[in-house]
Amino acid sequence: MSPAELAERARARFEDVQLARDEVTVFTERGQLVDALAWLEAEPGLRFDFLSSVTATDWPGQEPRFWLSYELRSTEHHHRVRVKVGVPSSEPHVPSITPFLPAADWHEREVWDFYGIAFDGHPDLTRILLPDDWEGHPLRKDEELGGVDTRFHGAFIPPVDERTTM
Amino acid sequence: MSELLEPAAETTGGDSGEIRQETMIINMGPQHPSTHGVLRLLLELDGETVVACKPVIGYLHTGIEKNVEYRTWQQGVTYVTRADYLAPFANELGYCLAVERLLGIEAPPRAQVLRVLFNELNRVSSHLVWLATSALELGAISVMLYGFREREVILDIFEAATGLRMNHAYVRVGGVVMDLPDGGDAQVRRFLDVMPGRISEYESILSENPIWVERNVGIGHLSAEDCLAYGVTGPMLRAAGVPADLRKDEPYSGYETYDFDVVTRTEADAYARFAVRVDEMRQSLRIAEQCLERLEEPGPVMVEDTKVGWPARLSVGPDGIGNDPAYIHHIMEESMEALIHHFKMVTEGVHVPPGEVYQTVESPRGELGFYVVSNGEHRPYRVKIRDPSFSNLQATAAMVEGGLVADAIAAIASIDPVMGGVDR
Repeated sequence: MSPAELAERARARFEDVQLARDEVTVFTERGQLVDALAWLEAEPGLRFDFLSSVTATDWPGQEPRFWLSYELRSTEHHHRVRVKVGVPSSEPHVPSITPFLPAADWHEREVWDFYGIAFDGHPDLTRILLPDDWEGHPLRKDEELGGVDTRFHGAFIPPVDERTTM
Repeated sequence: MSELLEPAAETTGGDSGEIRQETMIINMGPQHPSTHGVLRLLLELDGETVVACKPVIGYLHTGIEKNVEYRTWQQGVTYVTRADYLAPFANELGYCLAVERLLGIEAPPRAQVLRVLFNELNRVSSHLVWLATSALELGAISVMLYGFREREVILDIFEAATGLRMNHAYVRVGGVVMDLPDGGDAQVRRFLDVMPGRISEYESILSENPIWVERNVGIGHLSAEDCLAYGVTGPMLRAAGVPADLRKDEPYSGYETYDFDVVTRTEADAYARFAVRVDEMRQSLRIAEQCLERLEEPGPVMVEDTKVGWPARLSVGPDGIGNDPAYIHHIMEESMEALIHHFKMVTEGVHVPPGEVYQTVESPRGELGFYVVSNGEHRPYRVKIRDPSFSNLQATAAMVEGGLVADAIAAIASIDPVMGGVDR
């Protein structure tokens, strides 16, 4: 199915569907996320049966501040769709899809680790790549890249530019 | 004194003759030769049987995704190539294709052939490392030596063409950094002549080897349904009978014009994955043959548009690969405009129109995806690497639990996880 046809099919169910660079993006609300994914999987001709990736982007100063994007793939029809959900900074919570789709498990944990967006109903929402006692969520745009001092298991590592006395 | 001589209450079943029943939790890794890098497994064992398994990752996290946000679009290549370090060309290609789609450009035909050639040689070298390390873990040391021996030949080709054995930054936005060196195609040809015989050699050592069969057949079973549920792709999914290969399903870089087969098996166990990977090496050699034919046609390897293409030119000198003396002479002695342009492109680089794309390539381990977001600036707003090993490892518990701890080694080896990609 061509991206244009795919977008047309999706418009029958979703209000906000965008087609850009041959990629179809479906916008939905947090509350409707699980239903939306279930519909996309069950619908004949679409059959999005494979979750490739879950990730987030951070847009400070805008509302909603965070956008989650779920990349779906159909192993039967070889087409793709992206589902996007806005998450306000005041309430960074989204229903977890891990109970229905185990593929989302580590991806949701990574988003929690990097962006501090909580997935309600996730069986084990802990940090995945950073140490358990890490402070902050480093892929947020207000976290600096360099010059961050690090506290890890009681050790203190000063920022890069303060490590030498020269 | 008398207390010490009393047998501890919990170590005996008393007079009733009960046997003590408790499980033991052990850590395998992160420093363990058979965890392919720094993977740590929390194993709950009941004797030799794995009751529960929890993989712990993150020991190789290097913040690639965050770093890329602070570098120009062109510099991003040098970061992403370090993610899955056994498939650097796949990382570079996925990232560059994503950026090129945002820019609305396409690499010249010759550059696309070179990209395919190096990706397929990379697939062979990656599968060789997998074969070598997996065989070593199961005791077949000679296969380890053979695997690394042939991989060395491929790395020599990479070194001759890119200057580096790993982390090449060879694929660039708009093409590749330089053409094959003189004699490069002959070097690839020699490899293609030798390699099929070597693959048969591995098969003659392993395929019917009783120990290899015993250790792999029926081990680490993961059905097609389970693969899809856990997000598992690549040889693991194909070994479960699903002919999913992004080179066929969502072709890029002209893969639809090459003649090759998608290798599948139906047994969905560690042995099937071994068989799939060995046959995939043969298919990759087939594609590389076709690349060599197409490379007889000369042509540019970088887009002509000077607003996008990387300005610096490299060439091979007596001391290795470095800046091209003719180009240096041009910008330093002849043309002030060329120097200004060079300076602007290197320090600021290209501005990419706002938007987002998700670009996938078939890495040796499965679906490698790049979700790239631009807000119109000269550096990426977000680069998410969907690494296949990351998703594939999610299925570890399902493959290992209920089996013997010794089989856990074979099962994990059959996933072929590369921690550089998992942790990024």
